[in-house]
Amino acid sequence: MIHSLFLINASGDIFLEKHWKSVVSRSVCDYFFEALERATEPENVPPVIPTPHHFLINVLRHRIYFVAVIQSEVPPLFVIEFLHRVVDTFQDYFGVCTEAAIKDNVVVVYELLEEMLDNGFPLATESNILKELIKPPTILRTVVNTITGSTNVGEQLPTGQLSVVPWRRTGVKYTNNEAYFDVVEEIDAIIDKSGSTITAEIQGVVDACVKLTGMPDLTLSFMNPRLLDDVSFHPCVRFKRWEAERILSFIPPDGNFRLLSYHVSSQNLVAIPVYVKHNISFREGSSQGRFELTLGPKQTMGKAVESVLVSSQLPRGVLNANLNPSQGTYTFDPVTKLLSWDVGKINPQKLPSLKGSMSLQTGASKPDENPTINIQFKIQQLAISGLKVNRLDMYGEKYKPFKGIKYMTKAGKFQNDCHLLVIQKLAG
Amino acid sequence: MIHLIMDTFLRYLKEREQEQLVKILSFMFYIFRHDDLKEMLDSNKDSLKLEAMKRIVAMIARGKNTSDLFPAVVKNVACKNIEVKKLVYVYLVRYAEEQQDLALLSISTFQRGLKDPNQLIRASALRVLSSIRVTIIVPIMMLAIKEAASDMSPYVRKTAAHAIPKLHSLDPEQKDQLIEVIEKLLADKTTLVAGSVVMAFEEVCPDRIDLIHKNYRKLCNLLIDVEEWGQVVIINMLTRYARTQFLNPNINESLLEDSSEKAFYASDDEEDEDKKAEAAALVKRKPYVMDPDHRLLLRNTKPLLQSRNAAVVMAVAQLYFHLAPKAEVGIIAKALVRLMRSHSEVQYVVLQNVATMTIKRRGMFEPYLKSFYIRSTDPTQIKILKLEVLTNLANETNISTILREFQTYIKSMDKDFVAASIQAIGRCATNIGEVRDTCLNGLVQLLSNRDELVVAESVVVIKKLLQMQPEQHSDIIKHMAKLIDNIQVPMARASILWLIGEYCEHVPKIAPDVLRKMAKTFTNEEDIVKLQIINLAAKLYLTNSKQTKLLTQYVLNLAKYDQNYDIRDRARFIRQLIVPTDKSGALSKYAKKLFLALKPAPVLESPFKDRDHFQLGSLSHLLNAKAGGYQELPEWPESAPDPSVRNVEVKDSVCARRTVLTGPEGAGSVPVNMILLAHLTESDSGSGSESASASDESGSGSESEESGEETESEKEEEDEEKEKKRKKRLDKTKAKKPAEESAERCAIHTSYQINTIAPSGSIKMYELLHRITGEGLAVEYCFSRQPFSPDPNMVAVQIQFTNNTNSETKNLHIEEPRLQSGMRIREFAEIGLQPTGESVTVVMGIDFCDSTQAANFQLCTHTRKFFVSIQPPVGELMTPVFLTENDFKKEQGKLMGMNEISEKLTLGEKCVNEHVIVERVTATANLSRVPCGSDKECRFAGKTVSSGCLVLVTVTTKEGGRAQLTVNCEKMVIGTMLVKDIMQALSQ
Repeated sequence: MIHSLFLINASGDIFLEKHWKSVVSRSVCDYFFEALERATEPENVPPVIPTPHHFLINVLRHRIYFVAVIQSEVPPLFVIEFLHRVVDTFQDYFGVCTEAAIKDNVVVVYELLEEMLDNGFPLATESNILKELIKPPTILRTVVNTITGSTNVGEQLPTGQLSVVPWRRTGVKYTNNEAYFDVVEEIDAIIDKSGSTITAEIQGVVDACVKLTGMPDLTLSFMNPRLLDDVSFHPCVRFKRWEAERILSFIPPDGNFRLLSYHVSSQNLVAIPVYVKHNISFREGSSQGRFELTLGPKQTMGKAVESVLVSSQLPRGVLNANLNPSQGTYTFDPVTKLLSWDVGKINPQKLPSLKGSMSLQTGASKPDENPTINIQFKIQQLAISGLKVNRLDMYGEKYKPFKGIKYMTKAGKFQNDCHLLVIQKLAG
Repeated sequence: MIHLIMDTFLRYLKEREQEQLVKILSFMFYIFRHDDLKEMLDSNKDSLKLEAMKRIVAMIARGKNTSDLFPAVVKNVACKNIEVKKLVYVYLVRYAEEQQDLALLSISTFQRGLKDPNQLIRASALRVLSSIRVTIIVPIMMLAIKEAASDMSPYVRKTAAHAIPKLHSLDPEQKDQLIEVIEKLLADKTTLVAGSVVMAFEEVCPDRIDLIHKNYRKLCNLLIDVEEWGQVVIINMLTRYARTQFLNPNINESLLEDSSEKAFYASDDEEDEDKKAEAAALVKRKPYVMDPDHRLLLRNTKPLLQSRNAAVVMAVAQLYFHLAPKAEVGIIAKALVRLMRSHSEVQYVVLQNVATMTIKRRGMFEPYLKSFYIRSTDPTQIKILKLEVLTNLANETNISTILREFQTYIKSMDKDFVAASIQAIGRCATNIGEVRDTCLNGLVQLLSNRDELVVAESVVVIKKLLQMQPEQHSDIIKHMAKLIDNIQVPMARASILWLIGEYCEHVPKIAPDVLRKMAKTFTNEEDIVKLQIINLAAKLYLTNSKQTKLLTQYVLNLAKYDQNYDIRDRARFIRQLIVPTDKSGALSKYAKKLFLALKPAPVLESPFKDRDHFQLGSLSHLLNAKAGGYQELPEWPESAPDPSVRNVEVKDSVCARRTVLTGPEGAGSVPVNMILLAHLTESDSGSGSESASASDESGSGSESEESGEETESEKEEEDEEKEKKRKKRLDKTKAKKPAEESAERCAIHTSYQINTIAPSGSIKMYELLHRITGEGLAVEYCFSRQPFSPDPNMVAVQIQFTNNTNSETKNLHIEEPRLQSGMRIREFAEIGLQPTGESVTVVMGIDFCDSTQAANFQLCTHTRKFFVSIQPPVGELMTPVFLTENDFKKEQGKLMGMNEISEKLTLGEKCVNEHVIVERVTATANLSRVPCGSDKECRFAGKTVSSGCLVLVTVTTKEGGRAQLTVNCEKMVIGTMLVKDIMQALSQ
């Protein structure tokens, strides 16, 4: 299926290649470079590029293109999903997935790729199995290895591949048994100029970090499982049990994993935790424009809105902006026309605002594009949908684990369409 | 050494300088090339070897050629250090193709590995061996694959499945032999193998759909527990399979569509065809009943929509789109919308497929309209696809919201996207008559936009819209005529000119004036504009020659000397047509008809129309072109092929059904499934019910024979008791092995999971501790015939504790095993607490060293110790081996003389047929049946658990109930004992 893999960095150098079948010349990447040149933005390269003899399927992560070469029919998502899995594995192993990290660990990368695919068909993609085969490099282990000459490759043979729970390695032992769950929710919203919501959805995930000895069998129940409209599970979750009782019952993988992703239906009203008041105007004939932006919290159940970051793409005609933030710092890039304002925490008593003027190119007519305002924020200890974990029980092992649950809400794709109100008034 | 020095050097230099240095010194490198690496590889130290291999692999990764090191590296193929070994494998697989002769040196290492007792080593040896692309070793590979395909370990069998496509691509002539292996592996019942073998099937023989029949139900049931990548492959294959085997569930609906179409286009003179159609319709009108197997597929794939893997979700979605009744397709929409949250590449592919689906089944995605709204941060290609979906979803009810959304898009800064939005508005306007005027007005307003691109795109779209009803819109045409002074985009100018020319009758005063202006600027225009000027001139000449004759002449003269020959050609052609001369032919009479014919309005179609003839989710669908190796999705058959081909053989089911009755544990999967299916088929009155019910009958027949001697009541009691036990034990197994329980997500399928390798047969319980001796603690044991996973050389013994005391029993464990030399015991984990009246089942492993000596040990509770012993019947010391008839004969040939024991016997009264013999033998010994051509002979094969010696049993029946029993086994003691046991079983 997958013939070869090329890793290409932002400046267009192939810095790693791996072949699972006969070697494919790296000149095949020329077609990719052509497509890259044609695309205006790096993310606009088509994911599938046909060439006379091969097909190139690529994904872009961390400014590295992972280009897979295939020769015959295969579901494109199959390849894309696999490539993302490769990136996730690298991230898991090296902490980051950058060109430098890959180059430093090129041998481990090669060993991983060798285990993940056999003849182009995925073989072992579960991180637990891989970690049994090839131990992730840590500083300590690197030091020890250089001194003792021992290796990263597991001495033992991977039993996980043979078991009925391929995602969990056997013989796990911890002195402190802990299970942590993070409920993270993201709001995606589009809000129009008048402040009314066009779409708002909540996407959530439950990420887990489970360090438990032996073969624990966990059940996790929610206070209000009906909120969850659409769910997708880690393969460990027993689907039948969820269907029947709305309980998550599973034997967890060892370490970090994503237990569940869910979607809270758009039928439920989504509480929007922040609001934006803005006034961006240009006067016809003058080379000045006014800019005013105020943020405020709303429906946050008393929790603080933190790490607020506002960014907006100003019209091309804007030369510079001279603004005055009441708190935080702002930057304006005159080349990309991107304004970003790092607000920090919103204090409900004293609302943050950004006011000032913009200078336009002299003689240019007033811009008529819509700047959109993107907002990012975080609210700790709150799942905006109201989802609550009821209890976590463990069966199959005798010790008492330490359990912890954390909630967080953040902005996913939060976009405020701010139309140039004043202009419309002037023109009308 | 050179390398080391260089490395230190380079570390202190900045990257740029490094590059220069590298260039300068590359020559030096060439001279000393890899000498140091060779030295390191030849050294005795593993650490040096490892370092060298790491550097070599790093070079391979960068695409550097290191093939000159081949001899030095391959020497290390048998290195003890596991990492060195692995890296050597990497190297070997990469360069073996280029260095065929040298690569052969390594083969023997792998051949040895193939015989290793450890399954993981066997698997890895096969994996590397099959990856070496050297044609000479094809026969070795073929042999290795065949052997591995009947290996005990499912993991090795999985590797064998992986090796099949490798060999096939190396030597396609092996196809026939490989298909045999595929057929064998398809029958495998483990989830581990299923995905890989279907992948091999897809690559080697995707057209051999007949191989699937027997395995169809099994694949459906296993599906949920196959690993994700295998799921994708299986689902795609099953989609194709279902299209050939089942009827179109939407047949009635499509019939309705058909008939309405026919009424429309019906031609009276073709009566014959009408009759035929009627006849066909009559046949079709029969109420549609879905094949239970079709339903099974739909039901078992549905939970996979919840998978975290986008490829799996997409695979299920396409399966539902292609196979499900219209009313059920809707459930996939939610899952697909969920995928839109994923990475942009995933979004791209999903949107492409959604776009195709929305054309055929618009209603499905309507509730999720808002999920397709465009965000300013989306990449342009995603924006354009979303736009496509939104346009497809537009209908009378939602068009106003969609148009409002489109209006905001037009103000975006992304110009490609704005252009696409305007086109989308145009398409909405053509599709939905009600909003045509609104759209048109909106587009006309855009004509005063400051951005020329917006204006140009609007002009092009307006032109297309106006063509639909030009009469009402002469003012718009006038407005556009004015625009010609300002607009510079050639495509837009050309469009305006074409419009004026086409509808010059609606604007009789303006048209000549436009031509006048254009004649002035003719020489400076772009080619497409010039062509349209000539066109306009010609049309005006024909309708209004009085005013425009001179102008036309002038334009045509200009065109005559144009640089572009197309334009010169066109001018010449038009002049001949419209200006009557004596030489001009008959055509000029029709000039008016030619130029001013009523032109059909263009249909603005989605580029995704008709893409659904490609299987959705496939690469070919995405590219809208057939990719190599794409398998066409067949049309539904007119009438369903015989569904009974999917029935699993009757023989199996008899045997299996008996297991349900007698064997309390490991109740075979086949039976549950068979009974279920039998019910299904019966209730649905499908033709397949015959064979299924036949199996029922024969099954119950053998049962009544069995229990004939017992009185009715006794039997009932016993059954009840057994049922209870079974339930209890099942419960316990669950508690004990929660791991296995995960398999339970699909009810029927669990049973498959329980035992997959051992052939079904009754399982006898033995007493280990009577409840009186045990002071209330009763212990029974049986040989579960499962492979004992922690140690394959041990026999699995399942022990059941029942606590009949009034108090709890604590700390149940084993102490002081007293064993014969060589025997080993793997104890069960201590049972902490056993409440009153409960039973607990555990499994322990004993390596009996292929002898029937008893294993003695103490069974301890918190208060007491009991001496107990387990003595295995000889038949439990072996595990089944799958052999073909040929292999069996070959192996038998090797075990002649001393190793063969043959006895004559008279069969017992009840051993009337083959089934009973098979049953009796498999009940006595843990052997598997070997397929055999003659019905006079039954063959069985197995191997001893501890040493792996083959045990071959042949029973030949003769006239008058006489028979001959032959056992071939290297271990004569075992052979002799086995003969005795089997004789006893058969003569009863």
